[in-house]
Order: sequence, then structure tokens, then C-alpha cells
Amino acid sequence: MRIPPRITQIGALALLGAATLLTLAILLFIVLFVLEKGIPVLGWRFLFGYPQDMGKAGGILPTIVASLILPLLAIAVALPLGVGTAVYLTEYTRETGITRIIRFGTDCLAGIPSILFGLFGFIFFVTILKMGWSLLSGGLTLAFMILPTIIRTSEEAIKAVPNTYREVSFSLGATRWRTIAKVVLPNALPGILTGVMLGIGRSIGETAAVIFTAGSSLRMPVSVFDSARTMSVHFYILAREGISSENAYGTAAVLILSVLMVNAIAYWLMHRYIARNS
Amino acid sequence: MGVAFSALGGLLLIALFIFKEGFPFIVKMGLRDFLLSSRWDPQSGHYGIYPMVIASVWVTLGAMVVGAPLGIAGAIFLTEFMPTPVMRIVKPTIELLAGIPSVVYGFIGVMVLAPIIRDRMGGPGLSVLAGSLILGVMILPTIVSISTDAITAVPNSYREGSLALGATRWQTVHMVVLKAARSGIVASIILGMGRAIGETMAVIMVAGNAVKIPHSPLDSVRTLTANIALEMGYATGMHRQALFATGIILFVFIMILNSLASTAVKRKGKRT
Repeated sequence: MRIPPRITQIGALALLGAATLLTLAILLFIVLFVLEKGIPVLGWRFLFGYPQDMGKAGGILPTIVASLILPLLAIAVALPLGVGTAVYLTEYTRETGITRIIRFGTDCLAGIPSILFGLFGFIFFVTILKMGWSLLSGGLTLAFMILPTIIRTSEEAIKAVPNTYREVSFSLGATRWRTIAKVVLPNALPGILTGVMLGIGRSIGETAAVIFTAGSSLRMPVSVFDSARTMSVHFYILAREGISSENAYGTAAVLILSVLMVNAIAYWLMHRYIARNS
Repeated sequence: MGVAFSALGGLLLIALFIFKEGFPFIVKMGLRDFLLSSRWDPQSGHYGIYPMVIASVWVTLGAMVVGAPLGIAGAIFLTEFMPTPVMRIVKPTIELLAGIPSVVYGFIGVMVLAPIIRDRMGGPGLSVLAGSLILGVMILPTIVSISTDAITAVPNSYREGSLALGATRWQTVHMVVLKAARSGIVASIILGMGRAIGETMAVIMVAGNAVKIPHSPLDSVRTLTANIALEMGYATGMHRQALFATGIILFVFIMILNSLASTAVKRKGKRT
């Protein structure tokens, strides 16, 4: 017997709806579970105190500082490289074999798992370039990791700048480079910043690539050559070695809140940008 | 414009140094012995990663079984059956949640999921099953997000044509829209797979890390990624080379998946 299309439609919709609800429910559960257990731990002492007894007691200030510096280092390196690549791909060349290879390279780099970035950073920055376990090694490793994100979002942002802007600039006698610097990039800025925020969010949450390059020293980092422990590495160590589940939840809450906040800013920027350009 | 080659250069640099450290080891030991021997005991000089390869395959396939249907169903429902304002809220929410750090997923696996598995189904709790479930959830945002984009990109005229012929919305979706968006959806699955096989911290926390070939989903296993991360901290000499060699295997797996995903997308480009 053939089931009437209307009935299959209702069945299919019910299944799809249930799957969507389940997806949302699981993801929200994870966030709320951690926040519910973690937020009560938060307080002045926890956020601005120094860890004591390997993190069993005390606060997480050095890890917060490390989680601020590391992404900024990564951005400082990745942003010029990424925007430069995007400018080249969009403004200076047509689709050729070379751009296809660059795009393929970018896509592949985006797919490389973080543990391989960790291995690479460990052998290249830490060992061969003798930077040791340091914020610098970690930042440079993360720069490679977030480069594809920066390239892609910048490329989208630059492509979205209307061509009339460029034509007006050219017709006023501006060179290609001046047009890019004074017209295209300023207009693409919110879109580029979206990539920056996404890169920062990824860097804050990253563990595997950081633990082998920046190390896990709990001391307050004073220079970029110091080893430091980010919040995510601290959280991993607290949870895995069973040092303190209370402080683990607290650290996780700060970690999740900062990543969500950074990502939310990224999406806000993106939507403002889309709204303005359409 | 040398900077344009930064990403490509980075990729090559990463490949170069991982191969430089690991490849001599593979040559010395022989790829067959390295891949197909089951004994991993660095102290006595045995470096077989067969159990880890199998573990990675199991956990990844498990994650796909969990993540792919849920993610694709979510993407279809969001794009085709939800009013646009709702989708404008739900999709960013899911994408925001893609930012949840992997260690947090692992922690939830340890605190919530593993005890449930241990009490209800037996075994140690930290297992292939726990790993698959956690990874399956982790790759949901990737799959939902990319599939949604693929489905949104299907021209509306396709839908209108189908509806005009008297098809119901669901018939239109599964006979027309999904066919047109197929390559994008396949790409989302392959990319999700890449994420699952490469994931490290969450898997270390929930899969148990025992070096043995799993016989049931309730067995504890150690994946390729976990093997690297667990022993990298103290490995030296041959042992360290063996871990880089494990990295090579992982790198090759990932590059194959990336190439498949990019071919899937390219095929679509040619057809439309």
C-alpha cells in the first residue's frame, strides 16, 4: 500500500524536528551544565588570585593572562599574512592554477588537526628555533592554525565591497594599492574583524596545540619567552589529573563564557556587515 | 605578494617537519610492521600502531553514525521548514556552540556520559561508545553549518518547479533539494569526519586510552591522536620518532579526507 504523501510529510517533519531539538538540547545542556556548576565558584578571589597547590586552591589569574596574550600574539602574526593573502586572491589576480593551489593549501591547513600543529610547533619553534616552551612558540603555532579562518573571512569581506567603490577610486586617479588601502580594506574591516574574533575564540579554546608549545607553567608570564598555562590547558590538567573538580568547573565556566562572548562579537560584526552591504 | 603563499607554506612546513622527524622511523621499521603490528611497548622497542588505527576508525565511524543523521536532519529542518526569523536565531546559536572548547566536551563525557554507560551497560564507561557519542556531538555544528549553506544555495526555482508539479514540501525536499545539495552535504560529512579523526583532547578524556583492539563498543581504546598526545610529554629518541610517525599516518588520513571533500565540492561546481 502506498502511504499518502501528506502522511509521510508529517512523519518526516516530526523526525526532523525531533533531531533538531535534540541537537540544540544537547549543545545547550553542555553549556548550561558547566555554567551552573562553574559560576558559583567564580568570584574576585578566583578570577584575580594566584593558584595555590597546583591549582587545588586559589585563583586562575596567570592562566587568564596567558589566554589573553597567546591569541593576541597569534593574531599579530596571522592577520597581516591572512589579509595579504586575501588581497592577493581577490584584488591582484584572476582565477588561475596558482590561486587554486593557494585555496587548496588553505583548505588543507584548515583541516589539519590541532595535535599536528602541536607536533609541528614543538619540533620547529620549541626545539629547532630554540624558543623553548614559551608564549612565543605557542602564539606562532596558533598563528598557523587560525590563518585559514582569517584568509577566508577576509576574502569574503573584500569580495563583498561593491565594485563601484573601486571604480570611483580608480577614476579619481588612485593607484591599485591606494584603492586597496584607502577604499577596499576600510570597507571590509568589519568582515575582517569577524575573522579576527573567530581566530581569537579558537585560540582561547585550543589545548592540544598549546600544551606542547607554550607548556604548562603556572607562574605568571612576564615576557613572551616565558612558558605559560592557558585556561584550557589548566582546565584539562585539573580535570584529567583530578586535582579539583570545583576549580575545574570554575575554569571551564570562564573559558566557555569568554569563547562564547568572543564568538558572539564575531557574529554581531558579521551581521552588521551583511546588513550594511545589502 | 609572497604573503599569499603563507598558508600553503605553512602546510608544507608542517608536512616537512613532521615527515622529517617521523619518516626515517617508518623507513627503518617498515610501514607494514608499523601499521599492522599490534604490540605497542616503547620500553622494549615495539612500535605497532594497529590497535590505534582500528580505534581511530571505530571512534570516527561511531561519531559519524551519531553526528551525520542528526546534523543533516537539523540542517534540512532549519532551512526548509522553519520560518526565516527562527532560523536566524537558531543557526548562529549552533555556530556559536561550535566554539565550545574540545576539553569541555571531554569533561562532560567524563562527568556525565561515562558514568551512565558504566552503570547501565557495563564496562569501564570510558569507551568507544563514549568517544563516539562525544565526538558525534562535537561535529554537529560543523555538519549543520556546512549542510545548511549547501541547502540554502539550491536555487528557489527548483523548489517552485517541484511544488508547482503538485509535490508536497517533503517530496520536494527529498527528491529535489537534497539531490541538488548532495555534494555540499557530502563535503560536510567528510569535513566532520576529518574533525572527528583529528580530535585529541576530548578523546583522551573519554575513550579510556587502553592500547588494545576493541571487541565491543564498551571497550576502552586509544586513538592515534591520543597516542601522540599522551606520550609526547616524555618521549625521547626512537619513541619520539615513533610518535611523529604516528602523526604522519594521521596527516595522510586527513589529506585524503580533505582531497575527497574538495573533489565533492568541485563536482558540484562543474554541474551547476
